[in-house]
Amino acid sequence: MNATPSSKAMELVCPAGTPAALRAAVDAGADAVYLGFRDATNARNFPGLNFSREDLKEGLAYAHGKGTKVFVAINTFPAAGEPGPWHGAVDDAAMLGADAVILADIGLIDYAARKHPDLRRHLSVQASASSIEAIAFYVREFGIRRAVLPRVLTVAEIAAINAAAPVETEVFAFGGLCVMAEGRCSLSSYVTGQSPNICGVCSPASHVRYEEDGDTMVSRLGGITINTFDRDEPAGYPTLCKGRFVANGETGYLFEEPTSLNTLQILPDLMKAGVTALKIEGRQRGRAYVAQVVSEFRKAVDAAARGQTVAAAVGLDAVTEGGRQTAGAYRKSWH
Amino acid sequence: MGGVRLTLGPLLFNWAADKRRDFYFRIADEAPVDTVCLGEVVCSKRASVMEPDLPEIVERLEAAGKEVVHSTLALVLSGAEMEQIRGLAQEPGFLVEANDVSTAALLRGRPHVIGPYVNVYNEGTLAYLARQGAARVCLPVELSASAIGVLAGAGLAEIEVMAFGRAPLAISARCYHARAHGLHKDGCQYVCDRDPDGMAVESLTGQEFLAVNGLQTLSHSYVNLAGEVASLLKMGVRGLRLSPHDLDMVAVAGVFRALAEGTLEAGAAFERLGTLADDAPFSNGFLHGVEGLRLVEGHLE
Repeated sequence: MNATPSSKAMELVCPAGTPAALRAAVDAGADAVYLGFRDATNARNFPGLNFSREDLKEGLAYAHGKGTKVFVAINTFPAAGEPGPWHGAVDDAAMLGADAVILADIGLIDYAARKHPDLRRHLSVQASASSIEAIAFYVREFGIRRAVLPRVLTVAEIAAINAAAPVETEVFAFGGLCVMAEGRCSLSSYVTGQSPNICGVCSPASHVRYEEDGDTMVSRLGGITINTFDRDEPAGYPTLCKGRFVANGETGYLFEEPTSLNTLQILPDLMKAGVTALKIEGRQRGRAYVAQVVSEFRKAVDAAARGQTVAAAVGLDAVTEGGRQTAGAYRKSWH
Repeated sequence: MGGVRLTLGPLLFNWAADKRRDFYFRIADEAPVDTVCLGEVVCSKRASVMEPDLPEIVERLEAAGKEVVHSTLALVLSGAEMEQIRGLAQEPGFLVEANDVSTAALLRGRPHVIGPYVNVYNEGTLAYLARQGAARVCLPVELSASAIGVLAGAGLAEIEVMAFGRAPLAISARCYHARAHGLHKDGCQYVCDRDPDGMAVESLTGQEFLAVNGLQTLSHSYVNLAGEVASLLKMGVRGLRLSPHDLDMVAVAGVFRALAEGTLEAGAAFERLGTLADDAPFSNGFLHGVEGLRLVEGHLE
């Protein structure tokens, strides 16, 4: 069991895109890891990522051996007429002994609650439950034990939810930042035909092209130009909502700069707001990234629980998108 | 008419009060639609602008024999927003459309409508919502014909599909209209009222592909399912939703009415809609299971 200095320490929930990343997260001090099966049932359905049933069995043994919990994300929306893969994923997670499933679709949560009442159910961020009433609905109807909150809420709004909703909450602490309400965005499918909700992918690499145009590098998604870069500038990944566009006669990052969410500076505020768990984004990341981010957050979370100031973790700048960081919607000024 | 319901969706844009009133009065008097959705879906800051005229508009629409649906916010964040919706949900005799799960929960046990912002992707979710009292469901815009066919064929609720207008693609807590004008949401100066159909968003190589409407991001192209109306009806879709734009929506409704009644060919309908929409690009890719922005010619299977 990872030593926690105080019972009040927030739980650290860490990404495991691969078995290697799972071991790295467990060894670096994760309280829990989350992962998905190798198909469209999870929202990080990328080539080379995710777990077979056999991988999960081994991952569970490794994690449980060190006192770390394993959550299985089955957080896309089952295809009409083909619920089999989604139901099977829930059944297998239950059978293999996962500590919780992370679900977004009402029909699938309903299925899990009826079929596996003893399997702990977490509400995925993809369910976009942004109000006390929405969360209370999932608690009352389906007995969800934890809600992963959308990245659209301020710390004050999170505190209000925690004060009123009879459920644990988990918030995003570090990594990629969705600026649109999660689970309610069709930008990717509008341009590529690949939808986060249906296929588990956003701005997929299969649809990315980098093209030189004289001294300029053009990044495209589908046929749409997402950004252009000078020859000596690093060309970032063309995630649609982090692109540079022209609106109202101005050129700029209309939706959001290429930036990473980083809550290290506001961990004490999140703790005070009653947050149960912190989620590190990044199942698409390698084990070195995972090891580094998890160990820095382990130190920071424990320091916060001891009431100490959280010293800025020095190692994280290099792994953030474009080297830039934001506290995102947690601060009202972001809106 | 084979039981086809034509619905005018909620006005998504921030039009001036008099323009809005005139628009709905003309809809009441002239548009061949069965149902009209009223209410603010995008931004609660705008809602107060709409309210003074609302009773008069409702009265005029109902007097003309139209069913009125009270539509609600897609993204509910504050307690004040929730209270406003709670008030609507308790209003006797109101048919309310939920665009967020929290609102659907409030409407439990009485007949209501589920709007396209609630994620209804499969029969499991549809069955659950129908048990709670959802009598009609307007499906999310990104669903393909194969999914729509399954849901329309399930016989669980009346299925409606958006057939005309810019597709709602995303909603955020951040206001991109304010941001594009260098403003903060709290001091937005209601700049979204400058773009009656949304603010054009262009790529750096000059491709117009999105439109910003406050917290909402829409497609630049107008969804146009004129070519698929017959197929949709055959697979059991009962309603077609037309999303209001700053153009002759009475004429647009007339085109879809004629299509649904089989008195107008798809080709002629397309041509007429092109003229009405000032040659805006059309799309139907979502329905065909490809990139939403594409316009696929040819029939659905």
